Amino acid sequence: MLSEAAWQAVWLTIELASLTTILLLLLATPLAWWLGHTRSPLRAAVGALVALPLVLPPTVLGFYLLLAMGPQGPLGQLTQAMGFGTLSFTFSGLLIGSIIYSLPFAVQPLQHAFEAIGTRPMEVAATLRARPLDAFLTVALPLAAPGFITAAILTFAHTVGEFGVVLMIGGNIPGETQVVSTQIYGYVEAMEYAEAHWLAGSMLLFSFAVLLVLGLMNSRNSRLLP
Amino acid sequence: MTVAHNHIRLVLPRADFDLDVDFSFPARGISVLFGPSGAGKTTILRCVAGLEHAANGRVIIHGETWQDQHSNTFLPTWRRPLGYVFQEPSLFSHLDVRANLEYGLRRVKAAGTGRNNLDAAIELLGIAGLLKRRAHQLSGGERQRVAIARALATQPQLLLLDEPLAALDYARRREILPWLERLRDELSTPMLYVTHSAEEVARLASQLVVLERGRVVAVGAVAEVLAATDVPVVIGEDAGALLEARIAARDTQWHLARADFDSGSLWLRDNGMAMGRKVRLRILARDVSITSEQPHHTSIQNLLPCTIESIAPDSHPSQALVRLSCGQSLLLARVTRRAVAGLALQTGKAVWAQVKSVALVE
Repeated sequence: MLSEAAWQAVWLTIELASLTTILLLLLATPLAWWLGHTRSPLRAAVGALVALPLVLPPTVLGFYLLLAMGPQGPLGQLTQAMGFGTLSFTFSGLLIGSIIYSLPFAVQPLQHAFEAIGTRPMEVAATLRARPLDAFLTVALPLAAPGFITAAILTFAHTVGEFGVVLMIGGNIPGETQVVSTQIYGYVEAMEYAEAHWLAGSMLLFSFAVLLVLGLMNSRNSRLLP
Repeated sequence: MTVAHNHIRLVLPRADFDLDVDFSFPARGISVLFGPSGAGKTTILRCVAGLEHAANGRVIIHGETWQDQHSNTFLPTWRRPLGYVFQEPSLFSHLDVRANLEYGLRRVKAAGTGRNNLDAAIELLGIAGLLKRRAHQLSGGERQRVAIARALATQPQLLLLDEPLAALDYARRREILPWLERLRDELSTPMLYVTHSAEEVARLASQLVVLERGRVVAVGAVAEVLAATDVPVVIGEDAGALLEARIAARDTQWHLARADFDSGSLWLRDNGMAMGRKVRLRILARDVSITSEQPHHTSIQNLLPCTIESIAPDSHPSQALVRLSCGQSLLLARVTRRAVAGLALQTGKAVWAQVKSVALVE
């Protein structure tokens, strides 16, 4: 069974993934809307930036985040000036890293959902006297609900599964930055294979369940679409 | 200079031509914007709604300025008291029919009389039985009727309809046309109706604005425009006149019905139309011939005394189009130019029109 240390890592992972999902959805919604509707020449560049975490080795991302959050880095200087100290090897630093690392998993499903809706429902709402923000909240958001569910599940699962970034900027501090993936790594390093098995097996089941749910949802949604 | 009640002037450069229109339309009835695909009809509607911004233009509806480049006025769409029915059914799929109908209603300022309006719109379009359904549970025709009711519920000063029947099959179009006729006859809201269908012009139009490559080539009451000889406007297969009439009598022995119009009457096949029903009659120019004296021994059942208003050359050099006034009503006749010379036809001459065929528009 899971040891107390393992449970601590599980709860920390869930906390990190939940916070990342909530904050990232808030951040990704306007970004995805902009990407889905803008004709700005910046669109391609911003889209590429958002997608970068998909292709970059997590160590590269982690390395630059570590530099940025460190005492000499711009982010580090800012947080120091505000009296928070540096963020590297803290839970907050880990949260920022997770948000950046999972950005495409939230933005892209939302962007696709907004693009699929098109401009027509918003035009219809405008002809029915809805102000732009009103139309966005009462028409675009409900119509994009499947995209939000997909984005939330993917973000959560992806955050649970991250390893490289965590190791680079979080270290492996129990109760602060030690999540399931780094915990498993620790067990293996220490040759505690039984402990590693329990955690790794749980992760395997969790990941399979997430993908199964997503697949079922997508087939149901595609049947519902006209 | 007096400003017309409903006036639209728009100048908008487009990829293939410049849209440049300037016209007025009456305070009630259906004003049809008619023309081939790509003539700029939908663009005009979108500009009037404020969905597209013609930098150079003026839109005055019901005496209110919605847009005017001189006073730098441009109301955003949501502040224009209009209703818009799009070509494809555009109900919100996450709401049921009732919530769709109430969406606009809830956002109109003076909602005091709103309920009555909604009930009136539901009754007017016969959708009371659909209120709990969702969009995907409705037929195409039902969706468009709900969309029209949703637009009407906000009590718009202007109803814009962009080819509302184009996405429907023949049967559904036939199903929804009577509802549109009812709107035209019972509402005091003016409607701008975009179509390239001759059938819809003949059935629905009270006013006709004919567009070609972004320009207005003819504008006026539909009977007037269709009987024009200077700019012949052909809807359907041939030029011809349109008459508003009422079924007034029937001859059961010969299966004929008599339709009276403001200055005469015509016999047509009796299809069982209800007595007193308002009908539109279409008389093609090729079905009208002219005699200078009243014929007595003829198989033609419909003879109308007329005065020649104008004579214009037709598409072929052997033919002429003659515009005839029969009291308040207008007819077109296609005759050979040799007949014009032989009968000494000229403007102002009193003649008899023999009408070989009258079609009921339905």
